[in-house]
Amino acid sequence: MPSVWTKQDSGPVTAMTAYLLKRLAIAFATLVLASMVVFAVLEIIPGDPARLMLGMNASADQVELLRNQMGLNAPLALRYLHWAGGLLSLDFGRSYTYSVPVIDLVRERVVVSLPLALIALALSTLIAIPVGLFSAGRHGRAGDTIAMGAAQLGVAVPNFWFALMLIYLFAVWLRLVPAGGFPGWGAGIWPALKALVLPAIALALPQAAILARVTRSALIEVLNEDYIRTARAKGLPYRAVLWRHALRNAMIPVLTILGLQFAFLLAGTIIIENVFYLPGLGRLVFQAITQRDLIVVESVVMLLVAAVIAVNLLVDLSYAVVDPRLRSRP
Amino acid sequence: MKLWKTILAAATLALATGASAFAARTDLVIGITLEPPHLDPTAGAAAAIDEVLYANVFEGLTRIGPNGEVLPDLAESWAISDDGKVYVFKLHTGVKFHDGTDFNADDAKFSLDRARADNSVNAQKGLFAAIDKVEVIDPATVKVTLKNPQGSFLYNMGWGDAVIVAPESADTNKEKPIGTGPFKFQSWAKGSSITLVKSDNYWGAPVALDKAEFRVVPDAAAAVPALLSGDVQAFPFFDPDSVAQVQGDPRFKVVIGATEGETILAINNKKPPFDKLQVRQAISFALDRKAIIDGASAGLGVPIGSHMSPANKDYVDLTGLYPHNVDKAKELLKEAGLENGFKATLKLPPPSYARLGGEIIASQLRDVGIDLEIIPVEWAQWLDQVFTKKDYDLTIVSHTEPNDIDIYSRKDYYFNYDNPAFDKIIAELNLTSDEAKRKTLLGEAQKILADDAVVGFLYELPKVGVWDAKLQGLWENAPIQANDLTKVKWTD
Repeated sequence: MPSVWTKQDSGPVTAMTAYLLKRLAIAFATLVLASMVVFAVLEIIPGDPARLMLGMNASADQVELLRNQMGLNAPLALRYLHWAGGLLSLDFGRSYTYSVPVIDLVRERVVVSLPLALIALALSTLIAIPVGLFSAGRHGRAGDTIAMGAAQLGVAVPNFWFALMLIYLFAVWLRLVPAGGFPGWGAGIWPALKALVLPAIALALPQAAILARVTRSALIEVLNEDYIRTARAKGLPYRAVLWRHALRNAMIPVLTILGLQFAFLLAGTIIIENVFYLPGLGRLVFQAITQRDLIVVESVVMLLVAAVIAVNLLVDLSYAVVDPRLRSRP
Repeated sequence: MKLWKTILAAATLALATGASAFAARTDLVIGITLEPPHLDPTAGAAAAIDEVLYANVFEGLTRIGPNGEVLPDLAESWAISDDGKVYVFKLHTGVKFHDGTDFNADDAKFSLDRARADNSVNAQKGLFAAIDKVEVIDPATVKVTLKNPQGSFLYNMGWGDAVIVAPESADTNKEKPIGTGPFKFQSWAKGSSITLVKSDNYWGAPVALDKAEFRVVPDAAAAVPALLSGDVQAFPFFDPDSVAQVQGDPRFKVVIGATEGETILAINNKKPPFDKLQVRQAISFALDRKAIIDGASAGLGVPIGSHMSPANKDYVDLTGLYPHNVDKAKELLKEAGLENGFKATLKLPPPSYARLGGEIIASQLRDVGIDLEIIPVEWAQWLDQVFTKKDYDLTIVSHTEPNDIDIYSRKDYYFNYDNPAFDKIIAELNLTSDEAKRKTLLGEAQKILADDAVVGFLYELPKVGVWDAKLQGLWENAPIQANDLTKVKWTD
């Protein structure tokens, strides 16, 4: 295989570029495929947005009139091409029910959902890594058992129930934060953040529980490796071994789960945004599905697909950062 | 321990400041379950549109009052010709739209003509079907000529779908509604809330509130903490199942009223074996309405025997026609040649009255030998499969439009019911405006539907309102789905 040798010989940078290009091509193909599936599935489900808008007293002629106005009577293939073509030029179409561009709806909602998901992700990482380190360090002892028992509980408790408990404690009883709703970033950073605190905790805790367990088991596995014994044998303190040698090597499975969790967080926002009545992307999709505002559902789902693919790409690249050996992989 | 005390102190302080602020309040946050898709009452059937805008932002020639009565609105008075075909409306003068333009007879003509035009997508176009022409006599007088006398014309003009809009703003009302009402639209944070503020140049009696925010709280479980925390002060349409959680609390008033929602077990009258009268009657005998109301509506709701609200002045009590009687039901099935029972499907839309009621009805019908397969559907599916394509055996739904007994005479309606005698009564009713005659006709119509056991009549949907005990003036009943804030105020 001479070509492989050339690539490797030309140094890590070119290899990295080739790797990146390949990943980008795969990502694009996934997007195209996803757009076909998303469009097909949503067009198959029964329900007519025009009839939904006009209700039970409107005549069939009127429904037909509105269908024409909405452009729903064009052939399926033509509508797909129109929609997918629009996506390429970042035109997401117009909402049937709101009759405003989908991108405007998304822009209003993403400023709620994205900060929420990012805060939850940060929160879950900040909780999970120390707990994982703590547990692995005390493998099999009381501290480990208690921490992992708590994590087990965190995995088992449904997040909407946990959310309601948080609301009763912090909003109804202590009145520290609002019970739900979102004042908008225009109302100031602090009121907006206050509205996101409980939802972020409700989202983060189950994720943190999973992540803590993964961190712990990855660490325990690494701690059994020979080089850890060597590091200890040469007189390095336990803490330094744990942080400098073990954690870094345990990062790959942790990063993988973190990437997967981002997708779960986006899905979890649908439930959490309903409980806290936050005007986020999850609520938008939920409402759009019940109103058969298909173009909104299709476009937002595609955006979410793109976001998940992008995060996975980032995770793949981060492997290379954590593990130098992967940088030169063809 | 010290932290604990601090938290408690902070909480008490928050409670105290919250309480003292109530005294001179002029703002109100109202919880609504569904967000309106847009803000134009003349272009959509969603009840949520009227819940925010009716009587608050938009006004019609007439309006519907808290108990379903027709009241003057933008028309201060009217005269009806002897043949019942010509209505001359005298309009209020000095009325301005929120954008500062004047309201006059031209706007009234524009609104009515727009709603009944060929390309109109008004969801209740039928309300305007009798209109032949609309003429402007002078800026304060508009004359409406009907093709035939119509008993319900003044009521029809009071619907949210018949409100008066201005030509300059009609096309943008979906996003920025401009009306003549006591409140004007301020902002809409999509997915979150809609805010109205007092209009300074309102023509009528001034309102007490300066600001009203309609906040979307979609989840019934979230509605209770929203009330308890004080974030939301009123839920005019509250989930009956959650009432127990706030009932004993002196901070809140729980108000049970009537709606125009006839909750029925709809039957596909053309589909065998439901085309047989005995089968439909057997179903009516098999239903135990009390058990259904207890299980599906927390015991709230009044049983009905035909398609009319017990709160309506023309109501006839026919609930005694088919008392719960399993033996009688079995006997009727035997007469129909179905002594071994049969299988059928029951399609259930999302509301809890349907989902919970469906389980109970399925078990009640099983007792007489009818084996139901329950199929849960979404609203969109329900409208598509049941309502439009009539692909169903049985379904449960609440018909919330007021005075809608005429739906049983509609051709091609999803009940698949066809009775010329009934159609004749409805046709006559449409031409009658004499109150006494209307009452007789409506009584006959109710009787026919009950005799034919067209559907299983269950109960009138209750309106469960929960709001702050210091709040006054919200509607107790829901003759139409609206949250009229014109008389709402805070007391000490």
